[in-house]
Amino acid sequence: MTTTAAKPDAKPMQAKLVIEGLCKRYGATTALEPSSLSVAEGEFLTLLGPSGSGKTTLLQLICGLVDASEGRVVIDGRDQSRMPVHQRDIGLVFQHYALFPHLTVTENIAFPLKMRGRPASEIARRVADTLAMVHLGHLAKRFPRELSGGQQQRVALARCFVYQPSIILMDEPLGALDKKLREHMQIEIKRLHRESGATIVYVTHDQEEALAMSDRICLMNHAKIEQLGTPREIYERPRTAFAADFIGISNIFRGRWDGNGSLETAHGRFALPVNAASPGAEPALVVRPEHLRLGAPDGNAVTGRVSEIVYAGSETRVIATLSDGAPLVLRLGPDDAVPAIHDQIVAGWARDRAVLVA
Amino acid sequence: MSMAATSGTMRERARGFRFGALWLAVPGLLFLAVFFAWPVAQLLGLSLFDPDSGKASIATYERIAATDVYLRVLGITFRIAGYTALYSLLIGYPLAYWLSRLPDLYRGRMLLFVMVPFWTSYLVKTFAWMIVLGRSGIINSLAMGSGIVDQPLPLLHNEFGVMVGMVHAMVPLAVMTMLPVMAGIDRRLVQAAQTLGASPAHAFWLIYFKLSLPGVAAAGLLVFISSLGFFIVPAFLGGRRETMLAQLIITQVQELLNWPFAGALAAMMLAAALVSCWVYDRVFGLSTVAGGSAQVGAGRIRDLGLAILAQVAKLAGGVSALMQGLIGRRGSALVLPVFSWLAIAFLVLPTLLVIPLAFTSSQFLEFPPPGYGLSWFRTYFESPLWIQATIRSFLVAFATAIAATAIGGFTALALANSRTRWSGLIFAFFLAPMIVPRIIIAVGLFYLFARIGLVATDLGLVIGHTVLAIPFTLVTMAAVLKGYDQRLDQAAATLGANRLRTLTGVTVPLVKGGLVAAFLFAFITSFDELSIAIFVSGGVKTTLPKQMWDDMILQLNPTLAAVSVVVFIVVTLMLLVAERFRSSSSS
Repeated sequence: MTTTAAKPDAKPMQAKLVIEGLCKRYGATTALEPSSLSVAEGEFLTLLGPSGSGKTTLLQLICGLVDASEGRVVIDGRDQSRMPVHQRDIGLVFQHYALFPHLTVTENIAFPLKMRGRPASEIARRVADTLAMVHLGHLAKRFPRELSGGQQQRVALARCFVYQPSIILMDEPLGALDKKLREHMQIEIKRLHRESGATIVYVTHDQEEALAMSDRICLMNHAKIEQLGTPREIYERPRTAFAADFIGISNIFRGRWDGNGSLETAHGRFALPVNAASPGAEPALVVRPEHLRLGAPDGNAVTGRVSEIVYAGSETRVIATLSDGAPLVLRLGPDDAVPAIHDQIVAGWARDRAVLVA
Repeated sequence: MSMAATSGTMRERARGFRFGALWLAVPGLLFLAVFFAWPVAQLLGLSLFDPDSGKASIATYERIAATDVYLRVLGITFRIAGYTALYSLLIGYPLAYWLSRLPDLYRGRMLLFVMVPFWTSYLVKTFAWMIVLGRSGIINSLAMGSGIVDQPLPLLHNEFGVMVGMVHAMVPLAVMTMLPVMAGIDRRLVQAAQTLGASPAHAFWLIYFKLSLPGVAAAGLLVFISSLGFFIVPAFLGGRRETMLAQLIITQVQELLNWPFAGALAAMMLAAALVSCWVYDRVFGLSTVAGGSAQVGAGRIRDLGLAILAQVAKLAGGVSALMQGLIGRRGSALVLPVFSWLAIAFLVLPTLLVIPLAFTSSQFLEFPPPGYGLSWFRTYFESPLWIQATIRSFLVAFATAIAATAIGGFTALALANSRTRWSGLIFAFFLAPMIVPRIIIAVGLFYLFARIGLVATDLGLVIGHTVLAIPFTLVTMAAVLKGYDQRLDQAAATLGANRLRTLTGVTVPLVKGGLVAAFLFAFITSFDELSIAIFVSGGVKTTLPKQMWDDMILQLNPTLAAVSVVVFIVVTLMLLVAERFRSSSSS
């Protein structure tokens, strides 16, 4: 708290949402450790983490469905920590949409405007505009149960975008859709984000979705923020073994720092990346499957026996078993030679392609 | 064995499989046709024929229309039933809402405070109110003793007494009808409304209340229809001016032996019940009673409804703001639990007050008792009349439970396994004994039994009680079978079990809990039953409720309190066991 207060430049002027030391405890269990975070205007920030990591708690604290134990929620420069839900200027898209079953599509979308006492003419105009924006004009008179899952999702989005709240929160909005539709809706949401300029905080446990959609990802684990950064930063420079393991596929070699430029592991001594910071207490090297090459073009290499080959069209994934039984995953391009099952292989990587995590 | 014979049996088995499911409902259908539909139809028919000449005539109805006595009674019946429905909803809605929001485990326990009063005998409940409200009853002795009033308040034998008794009897039914609808409302919808800018009052009225309306309407309908046929409460708690239709029917049959007239009055009552059902169906759709989704009204009525709700929400928002100003936010949060606990006290306390009176050493039902002893239990257990009635009640209830569980179980199985478009109709027919006022069924059965020599027989009692218990067993079994994974039967079949082995080896063990629950619910239904016993027992073969009824008409005495306690304990124990089995079966 004092450190954030001492650094005024940590809060940019255009910050739409600032969270300071926000924390939630239920008796002895902690749903969210004190966390701080700032979201810029127009940003798409994703809260990513496994279930129980505190991401949904953080979302509920921001919108006020849950009261914080400590900390502040500042929206547009105003402290809204004690503001009841309906007076915060936020929008929430629920996981299962939470469309009102007794209201038509139009009435669902008009609901927030009516609650704000807008004149009927304005309501009609804005509902029509928003319906057009989500391509649902022809379904205006239908009831939610008469719509498909994807259409219901779009109504839920429209109901949020129509009143242009300061922040739009989305709680795993695509979780109930099948893969194809999910990918389609990801693009749709990105388009809505771009066209409306809305500030969006998005919750998901799907790392691919997070990578595809976000300006920044807030990776959460064990009720606290694990790492905050752009998708590229988090993928290429994970700070912890958890981050490396949760996002994408990683081969992780834990070991002991020899005090020099190498890590002593069960599979041999590996040279650390040249500019690596000095390792922490439990250092590990992370090597992504696409950085492994068959044969040992550079110094770092491991040997194993091929146990599985998965053909996936644009790539072929080779899974080998190392001497201690641990799996090793390699990704081969379409032009690479593919080994056979039970082949003994040597896989190596350029030392700077690996990432040292604490 | 020749090929032809083999393929013949194969074909026959295939056909048997197809029809087999629905055949299971046939015994039940026949039973209800003979002992429910036919007697009721005959009773109604009696009103249309001249008793002497046997020709069709509307003379009976002319007699009804000639004096205003009967129309006045009809009006009174409607008014009391209407107010009972209204007050039951006003008390039941907040209670059901509170219950629906409790954590699951806790709710199961709290629900017993509604279930026990629901299954407690109307006679016991009415007896309790006579003790509480009487001239020298508990309230009056407390009020006079503390000097608040210097003469007894007139709480009994007037409309106040009847309303208290009726509402007390009906709130549990209202709560239990509304609760499933409320439990089915997605609580996130209210949260969603609030994130969209609706105040808590607006979110409640525009979303939650609107979605719970089908449950409210179903509860109103069931309470109204049940109240139309009431006679115990008005007979004991009301005065002359609160005479209801069912009491007139009893008088016509028992004292005047005027069958056509009784039939005409029953027809009026049934018509009133059917008209209410019809109106309900027009507005909400009958399927909501069985838990289906409400049809959405169209056009102006719907817009008007939403507009009214918006006004209510605005008003309620103002009221709650005012209340928060007066008693603070924490205080207003307590309003609902406090109200609910008061409602529970209203439901439970009167019956509990009977318990100390059963142990009184006095000759009278004074409160508090001057001393305690077991003399009234001794009187009860030493009286051959009471003991015979008790034994008969147990035996009849046992036989009824077996018959009703078998019929209900097979019917539920038939309906669960067949996809015929008739199943809705069949289900409705089996539930009809719950909707048609009991008094009509009882008088109809009496007329039928009188001619086939079943009056004053235990068999007659068992048949009558089975008619009334079938809806309960069917609903219980249907609910269990609905949650039953049919693929288990298919799996057993693919693994080589024939249909009988599948039933005995897979289905029955898995739905055992439901069977026990159905058995116990049927047992309680019979054990508490009075309407049929009044007529069919013929005054000779009395059951426990019938003996209580006779005693209560003659003279209130502490033996009744002792008997009430025994009945209350038996029913409560059975209920607890039934609930335990039912929940273990559904989980």
